[in-house]
Amino acid sequence: MHHVVLDRWGCGLSPVHRRDPRAKMLAALIFLVALATSHQSYLAVSAVYFALLVTAIFAAGLPPAAVLRRAALVLPFSLVFAAMSVASGDTTRAISLVVKSYLSALVVLVLVSTTPLPQLLGGLERTAVPRFLLLVVQFLYRYLFVISEEAQHMRAAAAAKGGSMGRVISRRRHFGAAAGAVGVLFARSYARAEAIHLAMLARGFAGHFRPLAKSSFRKLDAAFLAGAVAAIVLLRAAIEAWT
Amino acid sequence: MDALIDVRSLCFRYDDGTVALDGVDFQLYPGETVAIFGANGSGKTTFVLHLNGLLMGGGAITICGNAVNKQNLSRVREKVGVVFQDSEMQLFMPTVLEDVAFGPLNLGLSREEASERALEALKQVGMSGCAARAPYHLSAGEKKRVAVAGILAMRPEILVLDEPTTFLDPPGQRSLIELFESLPQAKILVTHDVECARALAHRAVFFEKGRIRGEGSVEDIVARFNWDRTVIRRPTSSRH
Amino acid sequence: MHIPDGFLSTPVWATLDLAVVPAVGYFARRAQGLEQSKVPLLGVMGAFVFAAQMINFPVGVGTSGHLIGAALLAYTLGPAAASVVLTAILVVQALVFQDGGTLALGANVLNMAVIGLLAGYLPYQIWGGGRWRRPAIFLGAMLSVMVSALLALSELLVSGVAMPATALRVSIGLFMIYGLLEGAITVAVLGALESMNVGFLRVPEASVSHRFKWVGLAAILLATFGALIASAYPDGIQRLTSEIGIGSHGRLRISTPLANYEAAFFQSGWLRKAAAGVAGVVVIYGVCALGGRILGRQRGK
Ligand SMILES: Nc1ncnc2c1ncn2[C@@H]1O[C@H](COP(=O)(O)OP(=O)(O)O)[C@@H](O)[C@H]1O
Ligand SMILES: [Mg+2]
Repeated sequence: MHHVVLDRWGCGLSPVHRRDPRAKMLAALIFLVALATSHQSYLAVSAVYFALLVTAIFAAGLPPAAVLRRAALVLPFSLVFAAMSVASGDTTRAISLVVKSYLSALVVLVLVSTTPLPQLLGGLERTAVPRFLLLVVQFLYRYLFVISEEAQHMRAAAAAKGGSMGRVISRRRHFGAAAGAVGVLFARSYARAEAIHLAMLARGFAGHFRPLAKSSFRKLDAAFLAGAVAAIVLLRAAIEAWT
Repeated sequence: MDALIDVRSLCFRYDDGTVALDGVDFQLYPGETVAIFGANGSGKTTFVLHLNGLLMGGGAITICGNAVNKQNLSRVREKVGVVFQDSEMQLFMPTVLEDVAFGPLNLGLSREEASERALEALKQVGMSGCAARAPYHLSAGEKKRVAVAGILAMRPEILVLDEPTTFLDPPGQRSLIELFESLPQAKILVTHDVECARALAHRAVFFEKGRIRGEGSVEDIVARFNWDRTVIRRPTSSRH
Repeated sequence: MHIPDGFLSTPVWATLDLAVVPAVGYFARRAQGLEQSKVPLLGVMGAFVFAAQMINFPVGVGTSGHLIGAALLAYTLGPAAASVVLTAILVVQALVFQDGGTLALGANVLNMAVIGLLAGYLPYQIWGGGRWRRPAIFLGAMLSVMVSALLALSELLVSGVAMPATALRVSIGLFMIYGLLEGAITVAVLGALESMNVGFLRVPEASVSHRFKWVGLAAILLATFGALIASAYPDGIQRLTSEIGIGSHGRLRISTPLANYEAAFFQSGWLRKAAAGVAGVVVIYGVCALGGRILGRQRGK
C-alpha cells in the first residue's frame, strides 16, 4: 500500500524527525503561505525554497529521489491545467501552476515523512480543529490498510468467479456485482466498527479518549522553528528587494 | 469457596430474533481455568460478551460479588478482562504503548501511572521492544500478545480468552499457551483447540444451541462429544 | 476534483479556509453529540470509502468508474456524521496521498464535505421517505458530485485560472457523466444494502422547515443547471450581457468581486489591502458562525 512507505520514512531518528510536530507544522504552513503569496519574483523564490527543502530532505535522511518522485503525484493534474492555460494564452500562469503545486506538495510530503500522522494529529490538538475530527482521522488511518485489504480480497474473489464461469458476464450483471461487493464491504466495515466499539467498552471506555502523550516543546524546537521561519521569510524578502 | 463468576439461567436473544443463549448456568472459582467448547454459532462469544456487561440478557450474573448491571459496569469491567478473537479490532490506538495504556487511562489513572502499567504489562507478555510501534505493523502473534497486555494492564482478576490461538502458527500458539500458563488469574478459555485446553484447563463445559450440554474434565468432554479432529481410518482390508 | 495548492488566489483560499472552520466545527459538534463513541464508526467508514474506490464499475467501452461516496455516507450516517467523515478523508488525502492541497483544504472541504454533501442530502430529505425515494437517491448523489465539481471549477475561474471555452464545456460534460454514474452507483449500492435488511439506511428526519428545504433545493438546481446551460452557450450569454451593457448606457460588466479583488487593490497600499482582507474575513466568519448558530437553534426546537 501507498502509505506504508510514509510510515517507514516517518520512523527515522534524524534531528528533523525529533522536532516537535507543532514546530514543523508551523514552519510548513509559513512556507506554504510565503510561496502562495509571492508573485513577481516567485520563480527565484521557488528555486531558493526548493534548495531549502532538498536540504531538509538530506538532513532528515530521506531518500531524495523517492521523495521528489512522490511529490510529482500532483503533476498530472497541474499539467492538464497548465496546458489549458497555455491554450488560452497565459503561459506565465501555466508555469506558476506547475511550480507552485509541486513545491507545495513537496513541503507537505517532507512534513509527513518526518512526522508520523498520529503525531501530527496530536500536534493539532488544542487548536481550532475539533478533537472529534482528529480522532476520526486517526481511526481512518488506522483501519485504512485493514479495510483496503478486505476490498482487495473481494476484488480478487470476484475476478476468480468471473474467470471460472468461462464467459464474459454482461455489463449490467457486472455493475450489479460491483454494487453488491461495495454493499458487502460496507456491511463488513460496519460490523468491524461495532467490534472495535465493543473492545473499547470492554476496556472501560466511558465516552471520552484521554491522551497519553504529554507534549514538550523544547528550546531546540523553538530554535528550529525560529531558524526555519527566518530562512523562509528573509530569503523571500532578500530576493524581492534585489529584483 | 465463593465463585468469582456466578451465572444463573442466562438467556439472550439478538434483535433479529436469534436465540443465542437459552438458560446457561455457570460458575468459575478462584485459580481455575475452564475451557468452553462448542460448535460455531453455539453461543460461546455471546456468553463471553455477557461476562463484562457488553450484552445484558435475562437471568443473573454476579462477578466477585457484584451483580452485573448498569450501575456496576465500570467495576465489573475492571475485574473481568476479555481478549477477543480478532486482535485487529482490539488494537485501535496509533501506537502499542498508547493502546496498552488505553484501559488504565479509562480507569482514571494518571498518565504516568498508566504508561508505567502499560510498560509493565508489555514486559509481562515479552513485547517491551515494541512500545513505540504501530499495531498494524506487528505479526499476528505479536498483535495477540499486545492485546493480552492491554487487558493485563487493567489488572483484572479474571481473564476471558475468546479463541486466542486461532490465526496463529503452531510455534506462536505454543508460546501463547506458555504465556497463559504463567498468568495467575482465573481463566475462561473459549477454544476449538483441544491441545490448548489440555495444557491449560482444569475442567471443560460444552455449549450447544445456547445451552451447556455437558461438564467434566477436558478428556471426558472430548470423548463424550467426540470433540477431536483425529480422523479414524478403518483398517483397509487387503484383497488377495 | 481535489484542488492542489498553487491554484487558488490568496483571497480565495484564505476566505474559504476561514469560512470552513465554523462549518466543520458545527458538524463535528453535532456528529459527536455528548460522547466520542461514534469515533470508531466514522473512522472505519472513512476507510471504507477509500477501499470502495478500488472496486470498479463498468462504464462505456473499456472504461470504468468508482463510487465517490458523499451521498452514500449522508444517507447511512446522517449529514453531520457524513460531513465529518468526508472532511477526515480529505485531510488524509491531502497529507498522506498528496491529493489536494493544504492551503486549499478549506476550499476542498467546503466543496465536497459541506456544500456538495448538503446539496446531495436535500433531495433525500424531501423525498427519501416516500414513493420518490429512488429518484431522490439518484438525484442527490448526482448533485453531490456536480455541485462540488462546479464549485471547484468556479473557484479556479475566480482565481484567474484560464480555460478555453471548449475545455470548459468538456469538463462540465465530464462532471455530468460523473454525476450520473455516482447516481447509478449509489442507487445500486443502497439497493444491495437494503436487500441485506439490516437497517443501514436512515429514514430522513423532518427537522428543517419544508419551505427552507424547497428553497434550498431550488437554488441548488438552478445554480447547477444554470452553470451547465451557461457553459453550453457561452457565446449567447456573452452577447446577452453585452447587449444589456449597451442598453443601459453604462459599461456594465459581469464582474466577480473576488476576481477583481487583487487587481483593484493592487495599486493601493498594502495596508489598505490587508485591512480590506481582514475585514472581509471577519464578515464571512461572522456570517458563517451566525448561520451555524441559527441552524443549531432550529435543530434544538
Ligand atoms: N450481532 C448478531 N446479531 C444477530 N445474531 C447474532 C449476532 N451475533 C451472533 N449471532 C448469532 O447468535 C448465535 C451465537 O453466535 P456466537 O455467540 O457468535 O457463537 P460462537 O461464538 O459459539 O461461534 C449464532 O447463531 C449467530 O449467528
Ligand atoms: Mg465466537
